[in-house]
Amino acid sequence: MGKVKAVVLGAAGGIGQPLSLLLKTNPLITELGLYDIVNTPGVAADLSHISTPSKVVGYLPPDDGLKKTLAGADLVVIPAGVPRKPGVSWDDLFKINAGIVRDLATGIATTCPKAFVLVISNPVNSTVPIVAEVFKKHGVFDPKRLFGVTTLDVVRASTFVSEVLNDVSLAPKVTVPVVGGHSGVTIIPLLSQAQPPLPASVAPGQLEALTNRIQFGGDEVVKAKDGAGSATLSMAYAGAVFAESVVKAIGGAKGIVLPSYVNLAADKEGGSVVASEIGKELAYFSARVELGAGGVEKIYPLGNLSPYEQGLLKAAIPELEDNIAKGVNFITGPKL
Amino acid sequence: MMLARAALNSARASSRTFSTSPARLTKVAVLGAGGGIGQPLSLLLKADPLVSSLSLYDIRGAPGVAADVGHVDTKSEVKGYTSDQLEEALQGIEVAVIPAGVPRKPGMTRDDLFNTNASIVRDLASSISRVSPAAHILVISNPVNSTVPIVASVLEKAGTFNPRRLFGITTLDVVRASRFLAGIAGTDPQQTSVTVVGGHSGVTIVPLISQTNVASAVALGSEQWKALVHRIQYGGDEVVKAKDGAGSATLSMAYAASKFTHLLLRALKGEKGIVTPTFVRNPLYEAEGVDFFSSNVELGLEGVEKIHPLGTLSPEEEALIKEALPELKKNIEKGKQFVQGA
Repeated sequence: MGKVKAVVLGAAGGIGQPLSLLLKTNPLITELGLYDIVNTPGVAADLSHISTPSKVVGYLPPDDGLKKTLAGADLVVIPAGVPRKPGVSWDDLFKINAGIVRDLATGIATTCPKAFVLVISNPVNSTVPIVAEVFKKHGVFDPKRLFGVTTLDVVRASTFVSEVLNDVSLAPKVTVPVVGGHSGVTIIPLLSQAQPPLPASVAPGQLEALTNRIQFGGDEVVKAKDGAGSATLSMAYAGAVFAESVVKAIGGAKGIVLPSYVNLAADKEGGSVVASEIGKELAYFSARVELGAGGVEKIYPLGNLSPYEQGLLKAAIPELEDNIAKGVNFITGPKL
Repeated sequence: MMLARAALNSARASSRTFSTSPARLTKVAVLGAGGGIGQPLSLLLKADPLVSSLSLYDIRGAPGVAADVGHVDTKSEVKGYTSDQLEEALQGIEVAVIPAGVPRKPGMTRDDLFNTNASIVRDLASSISRVSPAAHILVISNPVNSTVPIVASVLEKAGTFNPRRLFGITTLDVVRASRFLAGIAGTDPQQTSVTVVGGHSGVTIVPLISQTNVASAVALGSEQWKALVHRIQYGGDEVVKAKDGAGSATLSMAYAASKFTHLLLRALKGEKGIVTPTFVRNPLYEAEGVDFFSSNVELGLEGVEKIHPLGTLSPEEEALIKEALPELKKNIEKGKQFVQGA
């Protein structure tokens, strides 16, 4: 079996712990590196008792801990950062998480620049460009290897569609492409392209409510947790699903296609098709991508959008532009 | 672990219609769903295709956990309940997994948790007895050697005790044994199974290395064997120490508990030949006054189908059993007294 080292940066947090658990149980991963500012030795000791083959080690910052964690990494998943609480916006999060992601990206760029980087830390629309700009500064940016994890929106879409159909047991069979970005109005579920197709009995009003729910699913959990945090377990699940797909692709599996927030230069041809579909030159966009051993192999076109979805796209663009610029400027922009 | 979504992405599903699976599905409750074990356990159970309905209860936090895992696109429905809704949470459940309670801090034994956790478990057992007496009860809350007898005594008092449906989860000791032995033998832990018998703490944990398929890797009675046995027995302490006050094993415990629950669900579905160690009402050492013991149990439609004999033990392992029994007897008595003395 080929060696695959996965790293979790932020492994001791609300997402990091269950995510690390799921990665530990993945038989394709042979080594797991865990890093955080607190508690990682304890998390690693806990996970190390699980009877799957992977070796797991936890590091803290002292003594080059980040470097040691990242040495030889094939993929790096980043859930690090603070979570949202009621009343906290994505933007508030930005101020704290941007610095965290910048520093972690610097570590990756200088230690394992070829690793696939899977960004979970919010706001993803901005943190992915932050990682890219840090990598560019170090001359190691490869757009094929940088992913914003949007899988939770895809997962939510399946679940919420099944609830509209009054049968949760249908959820595993439903696939809805979700494109655009990873927050609020930038999330564009293409319900018109759902597989299997939604029954005609689903009224436009229901489609809107469904869309809204997918876009603000995160708020739903923040509210239910009433100050205790945001989605952690479902995010860990979604992160592990995406990581699993990347690991399979690294191992040579074919036909792995799923949405991810990527730099459109990852596939010049596919990227420009998407840009013309959007009608705007956006540097980053979440679309269906095909994964291969080198990362993004192909970016698929968005396809046919219903008039309603065209409207969603229109509303998403300015917001996305803003978010991307914010991320880029955080690294390259003028100091205020 | 193959996650449903990844399976769909890598191989286009052939059946693209809305048809439901005919498999028997089960309603499972997690009591203590908001805690360090309860949360990851709830996620793993949400991802278990044999669970049709997940009922999450805790004194706080369960509705938030339910909203969170409820977004996962597997076929089960999830509902979270507040602290005053225990009876509603238990309605119609077939399996109740109990991780509720406080964890150890460095220097504590599992027994030190007794005072707090005994009441918690007693009260949960009481409600289960009233609302869903036929449920299979899976106890994680420590000290298991005492909390399982507590549940049994509560149910006995109410006339609802079915010894085939009460299990103390010892799977983490089995998982640890596999992992540690595989580390020494250089084998894949998934191919290195170890039967662990006795109880679920310190000297009551007895790993039967002589019965494994890599028994030659460790000389029985040697210093290496003693160190291995000690590590399996005190694996929990290892994690408590490493967490330095932040808790005890949560993720590996959730993993082990979900493994055991899944085995039980398979057996309840009618699958044969499911054998695994678990701490149950057990006749093996009843003559010595120890009526709860973990040994290989075959699971079936009613729960405990058959308790397997221990098989051949080496003299060193016989000695471990000898050491385990008095401690186990004490722990069991303590649990029983807690209920009977009330």
